[in-house]
Amino acid sequence: MTAAAIRICGATKRYGDLRALDGVDLEIAEGEFFGLLGPNGAGKTTLISALAGLVRADAGTLEVMGHDVVRDYRKARQQLGVVPQELVFDPFFTVREALRIQSGYFGIRNNDDWIDEILANLDLTAKAGANMRSLSGGMKRRVLVAQALVHRPPVIVLDEPTAGVDVELRQGLWQFIRKLNGAGHTIVLTTHYLEEAETLCGRIAMLKAGRIVALDTTANLLARFATHSLKLRLAQPVPALPGSVSLGQGWLEFAIDRYDEVEGRLRQVREAGGEVMEMKLGEPDLEKVFVGVMQSA
Amino acid sequence: MTGFRTLLYKEILRFWKVSFQTVGAPVLTSVLYLMIFSHVLDKHVQVFDGVPYTSFLVPGLVMMSILQNAFANSSSSLIQSKITGNLVFVLLPPISYREFYAAYVLASMFRGAFVGLGVALASLIFVTLPLAAPGWILAFALVGGGILGSLGVVAGIWAEKFDQLAGFQNFLIMPLTMLSGVFYSIHSLPDVWQTVSHFNPFFYMIDGFRYGFFGQSDVSPWRSLGIVVVCFAFVAGLTLNLLSRGYKLRG
Ligand SMILES: Nc1ncnc2c1ncn2[C@@H]1O[C@H](COP(=O)(O)OP(=O)(O)O)[C@@H](O)[C@H]1O
Ligand SMILES: [Mg+2]
Repeated sequence: MTAAAIRICGATKRYGDLRALDGVDLEIAEGEFFGLLGPNGAGKTTLISALAGLVRADAGTLEVMGHDVVRDYRKARQQLGVVPQELVFDPFFTVREALRIQSGYFGIRNNDDWIDEILANLDLTAKAGANMRSLSGGMKRRVLVAQALVHRPPVIVLDEPTAGVDVELRQGLWQFIRKLNGAGHTIVLTTHYLEEAETLCGRIAMLKAGRIVALDTTANLLARFATHSLKLRLAQPVPALPGSVSLGQGWLEFAIDRYDEVEGRLRQVREAGGEVMEMKLGEPDLEKVFVGVMQSA
Repeated sequence: MTGFRTLLYKEILRFWKVSFQTVGAPVLTSVLYLMIFSHVLDKHVQVFDGVPYTSFLVPGLVMMSILQNAFANSSSSLIQSKITGNLVFVLLPPISYREFYAAYVLASMFRGAFVGLGVALASLIFVTLPLAAPGWILAFALVGGGILGSLGVVAGIWAEKFDQLAGFQNFLIMPLTMLSGVFYSIHSLPDVWQTVSHFNPFFYMIDGFRYGFFGQSDVSPWRSLGIVVVCFAFVAGLTLNLLSRGYKLRG
């Protein structure tokens, strides 16, 4: 069997009566760029914590690169790099000290060449000697990413790495993460920016109340749950047309599956005596999929 | 081993970077105790034959510094890391709970030893200290530092807020060290309190440690060492058990 980067079977975690994880099954192949989406409290961070050994699942098994995260925790953790959701740092150290210490924790001495490379890619070279306390929030976030990468883990998990991070920095970060993915690293990402997940992730799982409620390739999810839309503003109202919804203020919306349906719709409007003043085409987006999935689940 | 060594190094670096507070301040406190108590009591109190009170006092103060600072080091490091959240940096890597324990306790013993040495050296300004049996000094410093370093790990894991930790320190560690014969020989106490003192493990740490300097003690150093080692085994076992279960660390 080819090694899955991550294999989760029946993972369950209870906090009192609350089921933070309610029997999660998930397999992520090596080299995937995978998105883990869900509203606040869905259990994303709990799932990542169970995978990282920060939390013990009540039931189920979790493996990283074929290594059980409890029985074989040393190997599992060596294969995993986690960027935690909380913006944490150790105020006693400089950026370089923090990265050297983190390397040492993973059994690596003399890691400066790789540390320099990470710093350069994250635009942190100028801050290498700065104390962690003196860094801005965005900088601290980048150091967290760097700390997760010191041991070149084949599997990298990022828990909302772009929360509260400015656009420019996000671009730079994704460029680097894509590069790592291109070099064979498996990436698992949670984010609230659905456009981000849509452009980056090949496959997506949606989590709600500790359960996976959708799991498919991004393309399939978009095709399955969302349609294109054609919005028209008419000079004067027309009698109701089949397949259309009135949006008010003269706007009419048609749901269409493909762009070649546009011509037919326009003809339909003209035949009903409508005159088109403005037109908008809406692409299917993950936001619509997300809302649809969450409502129906 | 690199993981363990790095964690030990990091824990030592952490207190060393603020050594003004973590080493300098406790040395100063002890020296002040020494100056005041010796000035007030030197002419009135004699505990051991031929040993001036000020000399008698020094080993007790040194040991108290070792114990209190060993406790302070692991407990404050852990609670700070828990509250700021940066303990994840230690929890994510493949470091075993035994390595975790050893690193935190050894760093605490280092801090205790640094402060103890500082107090001992500073006291040489005021007194001359005999070294009757240095092996005992070393043995009790090590085991005592190990016990308090372990207790610091327990307190640091258990406490969720700084004031809970302060409670642990003020209502358990401080009274036990103060009532252990740092400032007096328990033979100068009423019978009841002598009996009570014999149930205080800190009494044996201090008494045995002092034996290393003067070759005199309230109880036999062998007996003290035996009791102290049993205490260490108990506390270490408890701490390792908590760590192996991930108590309050790995939810
Ligand atoms: N240590 C904890 N104690 C009690 N409840 C918790 C704890 N950690 C998480 N939870 C609860 O578990 C649920 C899932 O949380 P989390 O995994 O952080 O969600 P997400 O990351 O998807 O926002 C939430 O309802 C949260 O309140
Ligand atoms: Mg979360």
